[in-house]
Amino acid sequence: MSARTRELFGLIPVSLLVCAGFAAVLMAQSQEASDLTATYGAVFLGLCLLGHLFIRARLPDADPYLYPLAALLAAFGLVMIYRIDAELAREQAQWFVIGLALFCATIYLLPDHHVLERYRYTIAAVGIGLLVLPRFPLIGEQVNGAYLAVKLGPIQFQPAEFAKLAIIVFLASYLRDTRDVLVRARLKPLTATAQALLYGIPALLFVLVVLALGLGPLAAVLLGVFVLSAVTLVRERPSLKHFGPLLLIWGLAMLMLIVIRDLGSSLMFFGAFLALIYVATSRLSIVGVGATLFLGGAAYLGNTVSHVQSRFDTWLDPFDPVLYEATGGSFQIAQSLFAQADGGLFGQGFGQSLLELPGGGTILPAAHTDLIYAVIADELGLFGAAGLVLIYLLFVARGFKTALVASDGFSKLLATGLTAVLALQVFVIVGGVTKVIPLTGVTLPFVSYGGSSILANMVLLALLLIVSDHARRDRDRVGPGGLV
Amino acid sequence: MNRQIVQLFALTLVLFGVLIAFTSRWTVFEAESLEDNQLNRRGLIEQQRVPRGLILASDGDTVLARSEPRGHGDRRVYVRSYPEGETFGHPVGYSYINAGETGIERSANDALTGDLNEFGTIFRELSSGEREGDDVVTTLDPEAQRLATELLAGNAGSIVALEPATGHVRVMASTPGFDPNSVQDPATLRALNRDEGDKPLINRSVQTNYQPGSTFKVVTAAAALDTGKLTPESIVDGSSPQTISGVPLNNAGNVDFGPISFTTALTNSVNTVFARAGEQVGARTLVEYMERFGFYADPQLDYPEGEMIASGVRNSAGRLVKDGFDVGRVAIGQGGEEGQIQVTPLQMAQVAGAVANGGKLVRPRLTERVVAQDGRVQERTTPAQQAQVMKPETAEQLTQMMADVVNEGTGTAAALSDVAVAGKTGTAEVSNATLNQVWFIAFAPVDDPQYAIAVTLEEQPLGTSGGANAAPLAAQVLQTLLGGG
Repeated sequence: MSARTRELFGLIPVSLLVCAGFAAVLMAQSQEASDLTATYGAVFLGLCLLGHLFIRARLPDADPYLYPLAALLAAFGLVMIYRIDAELAREQAQWFVIGLALFCATIYLLPDHHVLERYRYTIAAVGIGLLVLPRFPLIGEQVNGAYLAVKLGPIQFQPAEFAKLAIIVFLASYLRDTRDVLVRARLKPLTATAQALLYGIPALLFVLVVLALGLGPLAAVLLGVFVLSAVTLVRERPSLKHFGPLLLIWGLAMLMLIVIRDLGSSLMFFGAFLALIYVATSRLSIVGVGATLFLGGAAYLGNTVSHVQSRFDTWLDPFDPVLYEATGGSFQIAQSLFAQADGGLFGQGFGQSLLELPGGGTILPAAHTDLIYAVIADELGLFGAAGLVLIYLLFVARGFKTALVASDGFSKLLATGLTAVLALQVFVIVGGVTKVIPLTGVTLPFVSYGGSSILANMVLLALLLIVSDHARRDRDRVGPGGLV
Repeated sequence: MNRQIVQLFALTLVLFGVLIAFTSRWTVFEAESLEDNQLNRRGLIEQQRVPRGLILASDGDTVLARSEPRGHGDRRVYVRSYPEGETFGHPVGYSYINAGETGIERSANDALTGDLNEFGTIFRELSSGEREGDDVVTTLDPEAQRLATELLAGNAGSIVALEPATGHVRVMASTPGFDPNSVQDPATLRALNRDEGDKPLINRSVQTNYQPGSTFKVVTAAAALDTGKLTPESIVDGSSPQTISGVPLNNAGNVDFGPISFTTALTNSVNTVFARAGEQVGARTLVEYMERFGFYADPQLDYPEGEMIASGVRNSAGRLVKDGFDVGRVAIGQGGEEGQIQVTPLQMAQVAGAVANGGKLVRPRLTERVVAQDGRVQERTTPAQQAQVMKPETAEQLTQMMADVVNEGTGTAAALSDVAVAGKTGTAEVSNATLNQVWFIAFAPVDDPQYAIAVTLEEQPLGTSGGANAAPLAAQVLQTLLGGG
């Protein structure tokens, strides 16, 4: 069976989910299944099929599972959003049409992703520009204290969604160039005295600092990991060239924390950066230094920037009555947990959860964007929610598989970066909703309502498919044994 | 690079595993505690779509709580209203989205919302198409409850009356009170919560620990008689002062009674005799009898768990202790740093009730039956024995001794014209002996006890006593309950 035929079969579960989901929601709301809504389902499936035909024509060798998995997620989201508000679902469907057009355009205009390497500095500049855009007066908009959105007349969009693609493309191409410099050189064994000095002095300093400042266990561990990684790094006697990009990106992430004041998105960007560094250089010491510096910086900002600080407080104790009553306090995360508690193992069924207060208004703020995972857990229970996470896991597995199959460094790093940033985005928002980490306003890819999110993720999917098409075609040409 | 990519995937697996673990934590493992969280109003909101059943007084007629529809169509909700207001505020409680649920509204919530059991609810929804709540008939006597509330007016205190044979609580009055209709306004509720002086939201009948004073001598007497240490005719030393635990103890007014019978000692509430009796019985046995009376545990009342408090000997930190206290002083309703006897009014009514009921303590009840909207009785409470506190003969002896208290002792103010009453007075000095906590516990009629009662008033001026200030209130409530108006 060809890859494309497998892809076509993969769309069958999507059609089943769309039909069953819409029918269940309609029945729960005790409405007749009208022709109009049946049309929505049919149109959605038609669009999926259209996309499939386009891939069949342009990328015949691409991974057959990525596209149906994304369609499954989109169908999931569409049903949930329809259940929350039919009007929003109509808008979401329109965004999917535009998204699919952008998806096709990307594949059409970019037959070879290696072209991107040529424009990497332009792309990086655009990415950083997008990130700081929300801070500009007139167009920038502050939501819950974070600067994540841009408003241009009636159109509101979240530039961070597109910035993540730009940054990944830049990092992938930059690291492909410099990884040879960064890769560990063979080290000469040290004499006993040198070893004692190298490890002894920092250890002594570490103990002194911990005792002098009276650091707590968490801070001590953080500092310990930092010192250890730093020492390992120093032992390799790196030039400033080694540290240059690392410090630059770390500074950028911190700047982002200050500029957009959103822990979730900075975690997403910096996490993807560390993942790429690790894959490119296989050096844990750089990751260790970077991660501890990031966490330290985040902790410092968490104590100084009041918006970030309140996010921390509401995370630690969402049921504190004062925080619960406060504007922008813990009401949202507490309601998220209450909604999940109502779900149980199997959930209450599509359309059965409590969303609206009898007097009007909603009990679950931002149910269609930030908290959509809580609605899913409420209506489909632990099994439904875990199923959704598993779909993401399958998508991520196919993404990494693409990276494994790819033959050149840029393709590998690009596929890894795109996959990692998507996985991190899922972790940041689902982790926020389930109180693993502080809740921040990031969308659930392909599922949450939101135009920018859909468009950006459709481009992400297109890029992955392009990489995959090249990689699998190369592999098939060379044969499973690789280049001999 | 491939090895690193695989490691990265492994890390993703771990992270997503954490997500699933946390999701199961909230949806399954901690779901129950989240549903019980005070801030979680989801259950209440769902319930407001269903008309709650009525809460009725024992006559099955007087409405204590009802649901009134507001809005229409999809927006229709039912809001609680309490026609009797403050009079039944404490036992009935309230049920509002903003304020949560308390009292019978909370303990009988399942019946009131028609949530009998999984299958019953499903069956009913299938057959009638709509969920509806059942009515709850309480054991509260509307006339006696109104009288008790009036009698307490102006004082802080509580009156609890119950039927010893069935455990039915007929009166549960506590002042200062509150109007449950008013707490749907959040500002009012906050003001009531903050009122540290009056504590109007506290149901003193079950939620406040007081020093019982001499009413506790009934418990000591029950232990001394039942263990055979003393008989009503035993001659005991009523001299004053006597040294108890190394410290001299006086009788009230330092009266020296000389050698007297145990019965006379109770009639005159002689401290030294009961302190000696307590020492004779010993702390361990006294605690055992207290436990049989229901001390050292929350009352077994059908009332929300968090809204009741246990009686017993508490140390200065407020913790219940079973030894290491001055048993002589505890035996007369006092104590010291290492242990002071503390009781709720309901507990003292149960003490009187156990004596009245031949030594058998019956579980107290606030709800009598649950009635479906079509008139079928869904559930009826039957008397359940909580403990056999003492032998029937002991109860008979103690009844005669308590009858003497009202006939010729400290409790004559509780006497009724046509019915014989048995009782015991109590006056505890509080706030460094600047104020009195006055008590009276009783039951009537002596030969066939129908009702047991406990009356207590807080912070009465010096010169007041249980006999003069609490006993007359008990007499009036008993008279009303016995139908003498």
